[in-house]
Order: sequence, then C-alpha cells, then structure tokens
Amino acid sequence: MKTSNRKLAGPGLAIILFGIVYAAVTGFISNSYYQLIMTVVPVWAVMGLSWNLLSGYSGLVSFGHAAFFGLGAYFVALAQIHWGLTPWIGIPLAGVLGGIAGLVVGLPTFRLRGHYFALAMLAYPLALLYVFEWLGYQELTLPMQREAPMLAMQFADHRVHAFLALALMLGAMALTSRLERARFGLSLVAIKQDEAAAEAAGINTLAWKLKAITLSGAMAGAIGGFYAVVLLVVTPPAVFGMLVSAQALIVAMFGGVGTVWGPVIGAVVLVPLSEILHARLGNVIPGIQGVVYGIAIVAVILLAPEGVFWKMKDLLFRRATKSVPTPPAAAAVPLPITARPDHAGKSVILELRNVSKAFGGLKAVQDVSFDVANGEILGIIGPNGAGKTTLFNLLNGFIVPDQGEVRFEGRDIVGDKPYRICTAGVGRTFQVVRPFRRMTVEQNVIAGAFVHAASDDAARATAREALVEVGLDRHAQRLAGGLTNKELRLLELARALAGRPKLLLLDETLAGLGGGDVEEVIAVVRKLAAKGITIVIIEHTMPAMVRLVDRFIVLDHGAVLATGLPAEVTRNEAVIDAYLGKRWRAESA
Amino acid sequence: MSAAQFAENFLQALSAGLLTGAVYGLMCVGLSLIFGVMRVINFAQGDFMMLGMYVAYYAFGLFGAHLLFGAALAPYVAALIAGPVIFIAGLLVHKLLVSRVSGMRGSALESEGHYAQLILTLGIALVIQNGGLWVFGSAPVSITTPLSSSAWEIGPLHGDLISIFVNQGQTVAAVIAVLAVLGFVLLMGRSRLGKSLRAAADNPEAAIYMGIDVDRAHRLAFGFGVAITAIGGGLLASSYPFQPYVGLEYVIVMYAGVVLGGLGSVAGAFFGGLTIGLVQQLSTLVLPNQLQNTAIFVVFLVIVLLRPQGLFGRAARRT
Repeated sequence: MKTSNRKLAGPGLAIILFGIVYAAVTGFISNSYYQLIMTVVPVWAVMGLSWNLLSGYSGLVSFGHAAFFGLGAYFVALAQIHWGLTPWIGIPLAGVLGGIAGLVVGLPTFRLRGHYFALAMLAYPLALLYVFEWLGYQELTLPMQREAPMLAMQFADHRVHAFLALALMLGAMALTSRLERARFGLSLVAIKQDEAAAEAAGINTLAWKLKAITLSGAMAGAIGGFYAVVLLVVTPPAVFGMLVSAQALIVAMFGGVGTVWGPVIGAVVLVPLSEILHARLGNVIPGIQGVVYGIAIVAVILLAPEGVFWKMKDLLFRRATKSVPTPPAAAAVPLPITARPDHAGKSVILELRNVSKAFGGLKAVQDVSFDVANGEILGIIGPNGAGKTTLFNLLNGFIVPDQGEVRFEGRDIVGDKPYRICTAGVGRTFQVVRPFRRMTVEQNVIAGAFVHAASDDAARATAREALVEVGLDRHAQRLAGGLTNKELRLLELARALAGRPKLLLLDETLAGLGGGDVEEVIAVVRKLAAKGITIVIIEHTMPAMVRLVDRFIVLDHGAVLATGLPAEVTRNEAVIDAYLGKRWRAESA
Repeated sequence: MSAAQFAENFLQALSAGLLTGAVYGLMCVGLSLIFGVMRVINFAQGDFMMLGMYVAYYAFGLFGAHLLFGAALAPYVAALIAGPVIFIAGLLVHKLLVSRVSGMRGSALESEGHYAQLILTLGIALVIQNGGLWVFGSAPVSITTPLSSSAWEIGPLHGDLISIFVNQGQTVAAVIAVLAVLGFVLLMGRSRLGKSLRAAADNPEAAIYMGIDVDRAHRLAFGFGVAITAIGGGLLASSYPFQPYVGLEYVIVMYAGVVLGGLGSVAGAFFGGLTIGLVQQLSTLVLPNQLQNTAIFVVFLVIVLLRPQGLFGRAARRT
C-alpha cells in the first residue's frame, strides 16, 4: 500500500486500461457461452473485492459472504416477480439491503475474533438457506419480460450483461483503491496487525470494522442481485451455499489480499478455468468446479500464502528493502540533572481514587489513589508483578476497574473505550513493543495521527512532526518489522505523540536498551516533558529514573507502598526491602 | 393439542434427542481431540464424517458383513470398519498437507497459522465433498437394517394416554457411541499414547524436551480425531439418508457441540454434542422440520456470542 501523493495516477490509470482491454475482448466474443463466462468473471471478482474489503484489510476471515449475496439475489428476484420492480432500481436497493445485513451481522459478531468469527459467519448463510427453503423459494424463476426487456435487463445480446458486470467491477475496484490508501485502509490494516495497539492509538476499531462490513455487505448484495438477473433462476444452495462464500474467499486469497488487484486476478484465472472444465468434464466429474477451487486454495496456502499478486510483485521487482544505514549513536554523555520546575500545588491532570482490580483471586491493583500534576514526570516503580502494567491498562481503558474512580482533567473515564481515552489525550506505549510490523514507520505514526487530524494530509503532516521530534524522520519509509529495539521504542513514542497527548503513559520504554541508547531515549522523553506533556513512566532502570523523574510512586502487591521525591523514596526502608534490595543500600550508603 | 399429547410428543422428542445426541457426542469428541491437541480448527471434519458414512455403506454392501454378524448388527460392524480406514486417510492428509501449516511449522506463520489452517482445511473440504460427488454420485443413499425400522414401545403410561416409541437401530447406535467414548477416555487416561497426546496438547515445547515426538502426536491426534468422527458418521448412516454434501451441515452441528462443551475438553464435547442432539429434536416441537438445522445454527451463534468458553469450559480468550 503506497501513501504517495500521486493519488489516482497509478492505480486509476491501470484500472481504466484493464477495463478497456476487458471490454474489447468481450466485444469480439460471439459465442454466448463465453459471453456468460465474461459476465461471471466480474461477478466473482466483485465478490472477491467485497470479501477483501472486510477480511483482506481487517484480517477477520469471513466464511459467510453468501449471506449478503443471497439476500441481494432473492431481493431482486422477488421484487421483480411480486412488485414488477426493475433491476435497475432493484440492484442498488439490494446493495442497501446487503449493507444493512452487514451492519446487523457485524454488530454482534465483531465481539468474536479469529476462528470463532469465521465459524460464526458461516452460520448466517446456512441458517438463511434453510429459511428460504422453508419459505417455499426452492426455485425462483424470473419471468421473461417481452414488452420491456431493457427495463428488466434481459438483453438479447449477452455482451451487454458482460459490459454491465465489467462496469460494476470497475466501480468496486475504484472504490477499493480509493479506500485502501485513505484512512479506511490504514486503520483496518492497523487493526489486522494489532487490534489492541490500534485501539490504544486512538483508532475506533469497532466503528471501522462496522464500516468495512457494511460496505462489504453492500457490494456483495448488489452483485448478488445482478447475478440473479443474469442467471434468471435463483435457488437457495446456488446463492446461500458454502461454495459462494468459499469462492469469494478463494478468488481473493488466490490473487492476494489487501490489494485491489488480488481478487480480480483470482477471478480472471479461476472462474474461466472452473467453468470450462465444468463444461468439458461436468457430466463425467460433476463436482469439478468445487475441486478446482479446493485445489487452488490448498496450493496457495502451501506454496504462496500471500497470493499471486504479491508473489509476482516480489519476483518481478525484487523490492530491495533500502536499508538506511543507522547513524552512529550519539556519544553517551550522561545528561546533567537539570533543575525541573516544582509541580507541588499545580493543577491536577489525572486523579485515581481507590482503584482496585482483581483477576479471580489475584488482587492485581488494590485501593490505589494518587494524583498526577500537570506537566510533571511521575515514575512508577516496584517489583515484578506489583501491578504496574495492570495499572496502565486500567488508565487507558484496556481493562475496567472493579471499583474506584479515574478522573482525567476532572472527567471520570472509567468504562470509556481505549480509543476514546486516547482521543481525550492519554497516549501510551507498551512494555513489549507493539508496532504494526508490516507497515512503514511513517504509516505507523499516521495511524496514530488520525485521532485529531481533519484530513489524510493533516495526519501525514502531524506524523512527520512526531517523527522529527523523536529523531526517526530519516527512517520514515522503512518497515517497522526491521527496526532495532531503540528505534521501535522511539516509533511507539512517535505514534503516541502523533495523537497529541496531554498525558503519556510509558511502559518500560528503556527496557533492553544499552547505555547510549538509554540516554538518547531519555533525552527525547525530557524534550516532550519540556513541551508540557505530562509523563507517567514505569521503569526498572533506577539510575536513569532517579535523574529523569520529579516524583516516584512505589507499588508492591498492587498497593501503593510509598510516594515522594526521588531522594526520599530511595532512602525509604520499606521501599529498599520490597524492591531496591540490599545492594542498593550498600551502594548508596 | 391436549396436555397428554404434548407430553407424549415431548418425551418422544426427548428420547430421539438423547439417541441422536449420543452419536453427535461421539462425533464432537473426534473434533475436540484435534483441536485440543493441535489447536487446529479442522473445517473438513464433516467431510471426513461423510467419508466414514460411505465407507460404512460400501463395507456393508461389499463384504456382506451381514453374513458374519447377522443382518441386524452388520451396519454397526460396518460403521466400526470406517474407523481404521479414515484413520489412515487422516494420517495421510495430516502428513501431506496439514502438518505444513500446524505444529512447529505453524508457529512460524502469521497468527500461529490459524488462518492458514482454517483455509487449508476449507480447501480440503471442498475437494473431498466435490470429489465425493464424482466418486459416490449425488443420489442420497442409506444403509437399511431391520432395526432401523423397528421400535420398542414404552408404555402405555399415565393410563393409556402416553406411549413412546424408541427406535431400535438408533438405540444400538447410541450405545455403541457411548461405549466408544468411554473406550477413548480410558485410552487417553491410561495408555502411554494418551499421555503423550495430553503432554503434546498441554505444552508442545516442554513435551519435546521430555522426548515426546510432538509431530507424531499431532499426526495421531488428527488420525484418531477424524476416525472417531467417521465412526459417528457410520452410526448415523443407518438411520439417515446421506449424500456427499452432508458434511457441511454436520460441521456446524459438531462445532456447536464442541464450543458448547468448551473447546478442547473431551468430556465437554460429548455432552455438548448430546445437548445439540436434544436441541435439534426438541426444536421440532415448536418449529417446522425444515428449520431443525436453523435452530442449531441459531443456538451455535448464541453460544459463541454469549458464552464462547462453553457451558462447561473455563474462561478462555476468544482468539
């Protein structure tokens, strides 16, 4: 996925060229059977694009796209039979119906992930299949409209159907390619790679998934309606059957997901292959189509799980990952302890009152209360298992406390979704870094910048600023998966920063860094604090912490053991016993 | 409908539900074994079941098993023959295909290969069911036994008002299913094989360090898993007509049962399957016959949405 500024030139031109070639080929075909194939190829390409729009970008595999397809097909057929509604209106309405069905299915089903989601999706079309059989629609035949064939889309020349199908496909391609390079695509891809991190970066994951399934359902519903007009006969197994959902998934995965070309390539290769084999061998081998699709998907999973498009792209362009040489780390000059302003008596940005959380019998956080002053750097220390990360998860909304209050700028945020808390101004990083590994550094940060950005361009500008701030701007185009530990830590900082936080929660940002790298990251953290961002940091590296923070809170067994200035806390006997240890006492004595 | 008539219908559906449910329970145990040991969702499980049905069908016809065991019991012997045949088929499918995206090789893939496994087994399912159409033909077939058309009458009870008919064929099938589940539980609990399977399920890495061949354990689990389900299919074959596409319906039946029982728990899977059998039969009291399967799908959706850890399972992540 490119995020270059050439918005339409590349893919738009390619799509138009492809359309012209396809139309030209169709124009020369006189055999009505091949004309039908030319019509069916775009139908399955659109189904693949519909599947790709949800599953390809978001990673939630749907086994049930037949539900939308079948509803669209039955709607157009029944509306024509009972109300005499022309498909010219029926098909757009089928799209609306498919979109609504998508929303209705998505709302409950997005509670699920992984294979639970896939299997639950499978149940919808199969349940509908039996319902439509029970309703007595075992076989609906669209009546021939001799007086007004145009109005009923019943053309004598079947090439017209092929042209219409092509137009629908080009429309679906244009829509997909517009969406994939905009906020939509980036947000869904972020969700696919790490849903929790996306939510913490301010992406309203449920809303994006619902948008995706609504659009996806609309595409499938409309093309299902068109399919009914082309075939003139609708039966429950033909439109709600497993093969419909499977074909959508298979053309998309065969061609390659996450790209507008994947489903088209899949359909162009697999549909004619299975249709022609079916025509030649169908009477000897009745299930040949299903066998072709089955073998195709088995082969893709085993040989090229990324799909034909990406495999070809890799082979043709050998995308050499341009590795920018990492500049030598700045000489490790320990920063002097600059005098920090005194925050006592300043306004409070975050208040915790009697916050508790238990997991079964384990009281991870017990009755914790403290305030964070505007602009201060607060360090949270304590032994492993003291509840530090759980505390952060309570603060940014990953988990909801059993009791207690969390007030951010005076407003109670308990029960708010993580993306809302992020939007309110709380950014965070993770103990174990959670970048979107398959995205570039820049895309990672842009994903975090959408929170307050009015447009894609504004997001890009904010992201650039954040990258400059942490010193990663030269690595903007590298893939996040290839970064060093220090760069990943800085990337997370930049992503959090792009959301324009007032409060940053840093979870062991210095973990695993060498001496020089620690100084570099600390310098960035200080710079942010100097800009007025309040910082709460969890860290074990005591020498660094003592120099960095204004105040400490010590947690032990989920409860606050001590609070105070670094000098006080590090001499507190209880803190030394619980956390710092005897060596600390010996060294500092 | 009088109260007595309703009671009769209810008891009739209840007994039918328990008998079908026992066989569903056996099928669910097979699926659950595969998930429990390998963490693989086998989408093709229903199609292995279908293969089991046809193996039983041909074994019954070809070997004339009825000469040896008498016409009444022959279909059940045929169902048991499906076990070893499908076991070998399962070993091959695992070795050639599934092992490439599961186990140690799976953990190197995106999201530990779960999507790859799901989609690979979807492909296998398509090939088996459509290939089955070619090999077996599309006309529904069934195994007939004198038992499947005779019933015991319980009653008349409550004066002369209520009497229930219990199909003899289904009863024998249910008894065999329960015995098979008990035998399997004993095997898992007592034998060395069972221990190595459980170890591989519990912690594959630690199992490797203990000298357990985890890859072999996975292969065996897959083989046993599809074989157990195939025996269940063979037992069903004597009371229901079937065709090559039958597997798909039972994939949902089986997953509903397994999820209800808590993914990965063998005992849970059996009771989950039993419950689904009851739901299916009892739904006929209020719904038209054609909507039996819709009732199961709706129950399945309700379970995964409200209680994905199952009725008997521990809390687990929904991923």
